[in-house]
Amino acid sequence: MTTAEALGGSGDAEPLLVVHELTLAFGGVRALSGVGFAVQPGSITAVIGPNGAGKTSLFNTISGFYRPSAGHIRFKGQDITRIPAPLRARMGLGRSFQNIALFRGMTVLDNIKLGRHAHLKTNVLDALFYLGRARREEAELRRDIEERIIDFLEIDHIRHAPVSALSYGLQKRVEMARALAMQPEILMLDEPVAGMNREETEDMARFILDVRAEWGVTVLMVEHDMGMVMDLSDHVVVLNFGQVIAQGVPAQVQADPEVTRAYLGSGNVDELRRKLQAAAPQGQEAA
Amino acid sequence: MMDWGYLFEVCLTGLAGGGLYALAALAFVLVYKATRVVNLAIGELLMAGGYLFFTFAAMWALPLWLAIPAAVLASGMLGGLIERLVIRPLLGEPPISAFMVTVGLGSILVGLVEIIWGADQRRLPDFMPTKPVMVGDAFLAPKVFWGAVIAAVFIAAVLLVFRYWRGGVALRATASDQAAAYVVGINVPRVFSLSWVVSAMLAAVSGIIVGSIGGISSSMGVFGLSVLVVVIVGGLDSVLGALVAGLIVGLVEGLAAAYLGGEFKLLATFVVLVGILMVRPYGLFGTRDIERL
Repeated sequence: MTTAEALGGSGDAEPLLVVHELTLAFGGVRALSGVGFAVQPGSITAVIGPNGAGKTSLFNTISGFYRPSAGHIRFKGQDITRIPAPLRARMGLGRSFQNIALFRGMTVLDNIKLGRHAHLKTNVLDALFYLGRARREEAELRRDIEERIIDFLEIDHIRHAPVSALSYGLQKRVEMARALAMQPEILMLDEPVAGMNREETEDMARFILDVRAEWGVTVLMVEHDMGMVMDLSDHVVVLNFGQVIAQGVPAQVQADPEVTRAYLGSGNVDELRRKLQAAAPQGQEAA
Repeated sequence: MMDWGYLFEVCLTGLAGGGLYALAALAFVLVYKATRVVNLAIGELLMAGGYLFFTFAAMWALPLWLAIPAAVLASGMLGGLIERLVIRPLLGEPPISAFMVTVGLGSILVGLVEIIWGADQRRLPDFMPTKPVMVGDAFLAPKVFWGAVIAAVFIAAVLLVFRYWRGGVALRATASDQAAAYVVGINVPRVFSLSWVVSAMLAAVSGIIVGSIGGISSSMGVFGLSVLVVVIVGGLDSVLGALVAGLIVGLVEGLAAAYLGGEFKLLATFVVLVGILMVRPYGLFGTRDIERL
């Protein structure tokens, strides 16, 4: 029996994150309408869907960048719908971005350290004179970060490199390291392997599995790489036009005809071809 | 025959004046770095600080040790208020909107000063030592010398605090990437407030010094014009640039005033501006991707 079945199947564990009837509108456009799903603690949950389905909007709403027009979000049993983004981060919502948001011009180590920013309790005088608590916290922080996160993500060799000089794959890894430094309970990864080659993708997949196994962190990710989604996830949520069209274990979702239709389109191929020909200027048909 | 002693004296005075520019420029850069707002009202904030000090020290006759901190704190509150009421609602608007709003803000501050205190020039109470300062054989006006010392102390304090204090780290992080700052738990709106509060306080300190050297008036905001030259030469978002350019501009103004006459001060400053921008369009230490206005 896998973790997912143990957690998802029994149903007595309180979900870590619950999204309920979430609706997000930009003017007249509904980016999300009535989206609902639950993330079980210790699971890997993936949100998939065609481009423009609302996946990133969903992420931004969960992490607090957008205010939903209806519905609510519960995290650790608490309603966080109206809580500002930085506070959600401190509560244990870590995330990465689709187009990497790192502190450019700073080194890898500084970026990772900033992940611990919210947890430090040093005041200005301590910091100025580098005394007592500041020094202890700094030492603790260093050990924690260097020995665990950097080793874990295998970025030891670049710890003093400026992030802007790194490859895309490494930057993604640094972003993940920073999120881990926040000691999150849930790690939200927005397209963790987008634009990566096969080897980098495999590394990242391994890291995601290890994050759960070694750190006990729940993972919620948006991803386009179907192979990876189906291999890693315990639970898959499919979005299309801002609505959940299917969810369940990977096999269930794969078999769902709605999902196939969302990805491959519906309708009659012959009819489509006829329409195209009718629309095309006469002279070009020979080509 | 060149009078080297005189030249040395002029240079010293110029550099001392440049210290004041550097302090005011630092106030500008703080806001620009954190919020990307070009604050054209920086000169008027200086003026507000000067008038607040005037109110506390001359009108209410508070002792100096109370009047100076009170004026600086009141200016900080003014800065916070401006951020909250005027700048915050413009979040997410194009930079030019906030830019134009600060132009209006400058006019409003000048208007308020004229309504409350009148348009006449006023003298600030003396609080700096009056004994002439000698550096080697060179003579320095005491107010200019002590003004520069105070500016240097404040600059050093700000640099230290922002280097080692969490709030300073938060500010640098916010300046670097706002979305990333949000997700590591930095309260970005509070960083915005903080930068305006600190900036207004620094402006008040320079306003008090400038005012006690040359008196205060509602047209004192023109000092801001030279400060703008300083920050543009320095590169808008560079603290180091603000400091170096402050000294350069002070030096150039001092030399121009001594050898060409006082009316050439601004001319010389702007010649330097044009010259440096021709060689380095982003300023001496500016980052390349800043918005062009």
